[in-house]
Amino acid sequence: MDLTVHVWRQKSVKDQGAMVSYPARNLTPDMSILELLDQINEELITQGEDPVAFDHDCREGICGSCSMVINGVPHGFEKASTTCQTFLRSFRPGVDLYLEPFRAAAFPVVKDLMVDRSALDRIMQAGGFVSVNTGAAPEGNAVAIAKSTAEDAMDAAACIGCGACVAACKNASAMLFTAAKVSHLALLPQGNVERGERVLRMVAQMDAEKFGSCSNQGACSAVCPKEISLDWIAKLNREALRSQFQRIVTQADRTVNQR
Amino acid sequence: MSEAAWALSPKIPEGPLEHKWDLHRSGLKLVSPNNKRKLRVIVVGTGLAGASAAASLAELGYHVDAFTFHDSPRRAHSISAQGGINAAKNYQNDGDSVWRLFHDTIKGGDFRSREANVYRLAQVSNSIIDQCVAQGVPFAREYGGQLANRSFGGAQVSRTFYCRGQTGQQLLLGAYSALSRQVASGQVCMHTRTEMMDLVIVDGRARGIITRNVVSGRIEACVADAVVLATGGYSNVYYLSTNAKASNVTATFRAYKRGAGFANPCFTQIHPTCIPASGQHQSKLTLMSESLRNDGRIWAPEGVSDKRAPNEIPEAERDYYLERKYPSFGNLAPRDISSRAAKEVCDEGRGVGPTGRGVYLDFAAAIQRLGRDNIRGRYGNLFDMYRRITGEDPYATPMRIYPAPHYAMGGLWVDYNLMSNVPGLFVIGEANFSDHGANRLGASALMQGLADGYFILPYTIGDYLARTPTTSTSPDDVEFKEAATETRARIQRLLSGRGRRSAATFHRELGELMIEKCGMSRSKEGLAEALQSIPAIRDAFYREVAVTADDSGMNSALEYAGRVADFLEFAEVMCHDALARDESCGAHFRIEHQTKDGEAVRDDDRFCNVSVWEFAGAGEAPTLHVEPLVMEHVQLAVRNYR
Repeated sequence: MDLTVHVWRQKSVKDQGAMVSYPARNLTPDMSILELLDQINEELITQGEDPVAFDHDCREGICGSCSMVINGVPHGFEKASTTCQTFLRSFRPGVDLYLEPFRAAAFPVVKDLMVDRSALDRIMQAGGFVSVNTGAAPEGNAVAIAKSTAEDAMDAAACIGCGACVAACKNASAMLFTAAKVSHLALLPQGNVERGERVLRMVAQMDAEKFGSCSNQGACSAVCPKEISLDWIAKLNREALRSQFQRIVTQADRTVNQR
Repeated sequence: MSEAAWALSPKIPEGPLEHKWDLHRSGLKLVSPNNKRKLRVIVVGTGLAGASAAASLAELGYHVDAFTFHDSPRRAHSISAQGGINAAKNYQNDGDSVWRLFHDTIKGGDFRSREANVYRLAQVSNSIIDQCVAQGVPFAREYGGQLANRSFGGAQVSRTFYCRGQTGQQLLLGAYSALSRQVASGQVCMHTRTEMMDLVIVDGRARGIITRNVVSGRIEACVADAVVLATGGYSNVYYLSTNAKASNVTATFRAYKRGAGFANPCFTQIHPTCIPASGQHQSKLTLMSESLRNDGRIWAPEGVSDKRAPNEIPEAERDYYLERKYPSFGNLAPRDISSRAAKEVCDEGRGVGPTGRGVYLDFAAAIQRLGRDNIRGRYGNLFDMYRRITGEDPYATPMRIYPAPHYAMGGLWVDYNLMSNVPGLFVIGEANFSDHGANRLGASALMQGLADGYFILPYTIGDYLARTPTTSTSPDDVEFKEAATETRARIQRLLSGRGRRSAATFHRELGELMIEKCGMSRSKEGLAEALQSIPAIRDAFYREVAVTADDSGMNSALEYAGRVADFLEFAEVMCHDALARDESCGAHFRIEHQTKDGEAVRDDDRFCNVSVWEFAGAGEAPTLHVEPLVMEHVQLAVRNYR
């Protein structure tokens, strides 16, 4: 099969950038979008031209590197899929492909289809962990965790940190990403001690990174390759509220005790 | 290197096997907390081994510089590990013990690993599970709330802990979260999108690295008191493998060229259950977790060139060859044996699928026994992945699978303290030659990476640092300047080519040669041919490779060409090793050495050892050194899974 592929080319963050069209021939339906780009790049390289830069690595849908908007949808229209797991067989013959980077103020373009998602790392650094040093752990079975709780925590923890949720959101909100981590750790007894502090710190960092607000429309969850549920955003709001109330109550307690 | 450095003392501690590690740990020298603050450690790679080591060292108070060429530490290829992590908890009460895990691992590795190292690995395995649970890793649970286990190949007990089919992801995210905490505290300086280009040795000690920032193209030097390589394996030497596209040998190979010994490079694991290649465009292969073999039955048609659809082939005309040949382990036979058996079936012309390189992994019986929902619960995400990649529904028609290069048991030589023969250079995780001998058992890679990073290196590196007088060194020192100049020259050489072929075409050519001559089976003639062919491919590469001439910023063609260049040299070391090891053992199958049933025949008198290769100069054959393996506690026996 043959296709015309329109690719966003942008030399660096300072460059303006534009769509450039490439004809791609002799493709097979079993090729992934990334293998299609490999082929385009092979031709560019042998012609002495600059290949298209894009993030990719595992090509199994788990590392979260690949990050493209395919025909207007982050990771393409196929449900629960990453860019690397999107194959040409899922496109109608004759259709043109438009490949663009994930766009958000917090994700500046590095080059072409590659963006800087380090803001997500900084949200994690703000509190996406349990403060337990190596060697300080109790026996693994010391605390029983209900199977359903472990399963729920795993649902939230399945996030691959690709940032498609941000790219799909009209406000470029990172609520789904943040909610997934906050919920994963809040559900488990191990994460309970820092639960209140964690959520407030992570939300504060999210705001500082210039991610937008959530308006609960669910574009994030619809494109999420791991189908992270919108329910976690509700939980994030609940966790934040809970923590703020707890602060007020703790403060009030102190005041009473001082009297 | 001096002669003394090549004595290759494994430094195995004295004392009974089960007390060696405890006694050794108690005798290790310590660095006082106020001195730790003054010491810097470089950790290259942020997979399970690197992230866990960087976090643990930072917790201890060392200043850590951590490097990854990815945009985030969380992208490292450990994330792709599906099936699970072993530990000798014996939660199932099925007779497991540290001894049994040790014994299974040594036997699984076909008796080509160090007893003391493997025993220690089995000992610390339990602490890993505890640590990960405490971090919030959502392991699978039983209804009573206890940790659940599943079975894996090469073991008759159920000791594998798992998080659905994403165990590597969850363990890596655990280590990444510990690392993130240390980045936030300022104890770890995280260098993303930064690739290690060379190792710098000053006064005989590893003191730093040369890096290239892949966005700006800047070449920089980083100085430290010790260097830790956690840069993973080299299976991408085969071009098509289950490894992530960027996985490469450059860091360990550069260290080798600076004097570190490369151990057992020919020990590469070919994983039996991967999705077969579909055509020339194929850029990588996808593994289907070995856990599928718990419930799937592997078979091929009995007749040659049987083109019928699998569901049309009657039961009597199916050959469940693993169950037939290995009745006691059946579909759970170890990886090397299962892979070779699949290759044999396809070599006989009984392979299935469009390319004829495939066998069936059939869930019909399991679905009938347990129901579709149960199977979906166990393997749902793997089935979805299979359907997405192949367009076929594995609930209705059997999966097609074929072996693919997956893991490197070989790696840089290290002693019991995980230090290479270059003082101050530590190597952990898949990057070292470590504990898996000639064949790794399933769910043992995650165990080893985390054992090294959380529970072994943080102790042993302290001993080295405590014994080593601190001397100041700076990026302006001549050793750093020279190494940076050499790096720039290598880049310039790639950029100055005026060829018309992409690096990928050379990589593919090398990969096809290596899988044919140095893959699942090897012969003296084949390896000799490969050693003739590789230099020719390499010469053509430097003559004809096309690299976009721009080193001022991001240049993915240049990055890739640099890695291919190193594979083109490293492949020769692999073939030398495979040729010199004139026996069959584990994944290393020399066709000259097999029983009449096609099983591997070891030669323990000559080869119960580690082969360690020393770089002998450009264009020279590497020099072989040998570390004998002394088996005091296990009996060298024919591995029998029948």
